Amino acid sequence: MSPRTLYDKLIDSHTVARLDDHTGPGAEVLLYIDRTILNEYTSPQAFSGLREAGRKVWQPDAALMVVDHVNPTAPNRNAEMPDAGGANQVRYFGDNSRDFGIELLDVLHPLQGIEHVVAPELGFILPGMVVGAGDSHTTTYGALGALGFGIGTSDIEHYLATSTLRYRRMRTMRVSLDGALLPGVTAKDVVMALIAKIGASGATGYAIEFAGEGLAALSVEGRMTICNMAVEAGARGVIMAPDQAVFDYVADKPRAPKGALWDQAVRYWSTLRTDADAVFDREVRLDADEIEPLVTWGISPDQAVPIGGRVPDPATEPDAARRKDMQRALAYMDLAPGTALEEVTIQRAFIGSCTNARLSDLREAAKVVRGRHVAAGVRGMVVPGSSSVRRAAEAEGLDRVFIEAGFEWRQSGCSLCLAMNDDVLEPGERCASSTNRNFEGRQGAGGRTHLMSPAMVAAAAIAGRLTDVRRLAKQGA
Amino acid sequence: MQPFTTVTGPAAALPAANTDTDVIMPKQFLKGIDRSGLDNGTLHNLRFDATGARRSDFVLNRPEWADTRFLVVGPNFGCGSSREHAVWGLLQLGIRAIIGTSFAGIFNDNAANNGLLLISLEPGEVHTLSTLAADPARNRLAIDLPAQSISGDGGPRFAFDISPLRKDALMRGLDAIGTTLDQAGAIRAFEARHHAAQPWLVPHAR
Ligand code: SF4
Repeated sequence: MSPRTLYDKLIDSHTVARLDDHTGPGAEVLLYIDRTILNEYTSPQAFSGLREAGRKVWQPDAALMVVDHVNPTAPNRNAEMPDAGGANQVRYFGDNSRDFGIELLDVLHPLQGIEHVVAPELGFILPGMVVGAGDSHTTTYGALGALGFGIGTSDIEHYLATSTLRYRRMRTMRVSLDGALLPGVTAKDVVMALIAKIGASGATGYAIEFAGEGLAALSVEGRMTICNMAVEAGARGVIMAPDQAVFDYVADKPRAPKGALWDQAVRYWSTLRTDADAVFDREVRLDADEIEPLVTWGISPDQAVPIGGRVPDPATEPDAARRKDMQRALAYMDLAPGTALEEVTIQRAFIGSCTNARLSDLREAAKVVRGRHVAAGVRGMVVPGSSSVRRAAEAEGLDRVFIEAGFEWRQSGCSLCLAMNDDVLEPGERCASSTNRNFEGRQGAGGRTHLMSPAMVAAAAIAGRLTDVRRLAKQGA
Repeated sequence: MQPFTTVTGPAAALPAANTDTDVIMPKQFLKGIDRSGLDNGTLHNLRFDATGARRSDFVLNRPEWADTRFLVVGPNFGCGSSREHAVWGLLQLGIRAIIGTSFAGIFNDNAANNGLLLISLEPGEVHTLSTLAADPARNRLAIDLPAQSISGDGGPRFAFDISPLRKDALMRGLDAIGTTLDQAGAIRAFEARHHAAQPWLVPHAR
C-alpha cells in the first residue's frame, strides 16, 4: 500500500462503504463515527426528526449530552435558565436524554462544563477515534489523536440514527511548527499566527495535521487550544499524532481503558502516525521563534497583528474587495488606521471558552494577575471551562487570586464566548477575550472583541488597555 | 427536502467576504426547538435596524429584489458556527441557491442536507454574476441543475461542477437517513469488526 497520512488511515479504518468510485479528496464514503457530544442548541431538531420518523438512536452509549451554551454562569446559579427559550431547550434536552437513553450532564451536574472541555477530561475521547459532533470546535479532539470535526443538525440526526455520516474526504494539509516558542508566547499565539498567515478560509476543504518539534514540546492542553481554533482557518477536521504526553494525559481519565486493555490500546495508538513518505496536498511551516503574542483588530480571526503593532491602513490594501472588508471592520471596531494596539482601552476582559479555559490557562492568567488589580472601569470575568476545572482551580487557590484581583469567579459554560445566556457585551463595549471568534455581535450586539491568549487578557485587564504581557511580566511582582 | 431541478428568479449580491453564520442567523434566533419561524432571523441585522424597522437600502428589502431566489456572495460564505439554522432560515426566506467562490465546510454540508444548492465558480465568473445581480434591470438568473448551468437574462452562461451524489440527492429530494439505513446490515457488520479489533472503543452503558 502506498504511504498514507494519519488522516487517510483514520478515514480508511472507519469506512463502512464507499459511496462513489473516487478515492482521493472529494470521494464520498459512509463513515463510522465512534462518539458524539450533543448540546442543547444544535440538537433539538435532530431529535424531533427522529421522533417524527419513529427512529431510534443506533448506539445511545456512544453519545454524551452536555448543557453548556444557554446556561447561566452566575456564581450562585440554580437550574433556572436566564430566558424562556433557553429553558425550553434545556427541558427538551432532558426529555430527549430520557426518551432516547443518552447520558446527560445537566446544568447542576458536578461534571457539567463546555462540551469540548468535559469530553477529554472524562476520557470519553480516546486516540484513534473519529468524532463528529454538532459544534464546529469538535476539532479540539485532534490533540488527543482523535479526528474531530463539526457537523450540522441534519448530520447529527443522521449520526444518531445510523452511527455513521455520509462523508466527503478532505484534502490534507500539514502544518509544521519548527523550533521552540519564545517565553511569553503560547499555543493560542501559534494558532492565531497560523490563521493570520493562511487566512480565515486558508484551510477550507482541508483536514489539518499539526506536526513538528515545537508542537511536541507543548502540553496536551496547549495542543487542544491549537486544534480547537484551527477551525477558524476553515479546517474541517484536525489531527495530531498521539505521543507519550497524550497517553499520560488519557491514562488517569475515568473512562479510559484500564489494565490489559490499556496496554493493548497504547500498542495500537503508538502506530497512529503519518507514513514517512506520505504526501500532503499542502504544507505550511511556522517558525516558532518568530511568533509573538497576537491580538485581533478586526471582525475576522485572521485580522490579527503582534501586540506591538498598529491597526493596518485599508488605503495600503491593493485589492478593492479586501479594502472594503477592512474598512467595514474598522468602522465596526471603531478603530482608526495606524493606532497602536497598545493604546486601545477596554471595558471588559473575558477569560473563558473551549479554546482557553482549562486549568493550565487559568494558571497562566493567575500568574499575571497575582498581587495586582483590574484597572478602574474594567469588568473582568473568569469562566472555567468545566465544573471540574473550577474545582481543581479552587483547590490551588486560583479563585482567590482572581477574586482578590477584582475578577468575577463564575460557574462554567460557554458564557460570553457567544453570549447566548445572560453574559453579554453592551453595544460599544470593547472586550479583551480569550475566545475564538471576533465576529460582529458575537459577544453581544455592537460589542467589540479582541482575541488573544488568556495571559494577554489578564494583562489587558490589569492595564485597562491591550498590552504586551511580557512587559508586565518583567515589571513582575 | 424540496427537489431542485430548474429554478428561475431574481438574484441579490452580498459581496462581503467571510459572511459568518452569526451574521446569517444571529444567536437570538437559536432558542427554538424546531426549524420553523427562522425567516425573520435570516440576515436579521442587515435587513432590520435596531428598532426592528426594515432597512430600506438593503438589497433584499428593495422591490426589485422581492422574491429573491439566489444570492451571489463573497468568499468563505457561511464560516464560523455549525448552526444549521443559517441554512433553514435562508430556505425559509426563499433562497434556493447561492453562488460564490468558496463556502465554509460545515455550511456546505448543511446546505446539501437541506436542498440548498451551493455553486462554486471562478472569481471572474462570480464577479460577472454579482454585477448582474446588483442591476435591477438584469438581476434574473436561471439555474438548471440537470444541465449544471447558470444563465443570466440574454447574457452569460456558466457551467458548474457538482458531485454526482449530491446532484442526484438534490434532484430527487432524497432522505439521506433512509438511504443509509438501507445499509444497516453493512454498518452492523463493520461495527462488530471495528469493536473486535479495538475493544476499548466499545461504549459502556452508564
Ligand atoms: S465555548 Fe464558545 S466556541 Fe466553545 S463550544 Fe461554547 S460557544 Fe462554541
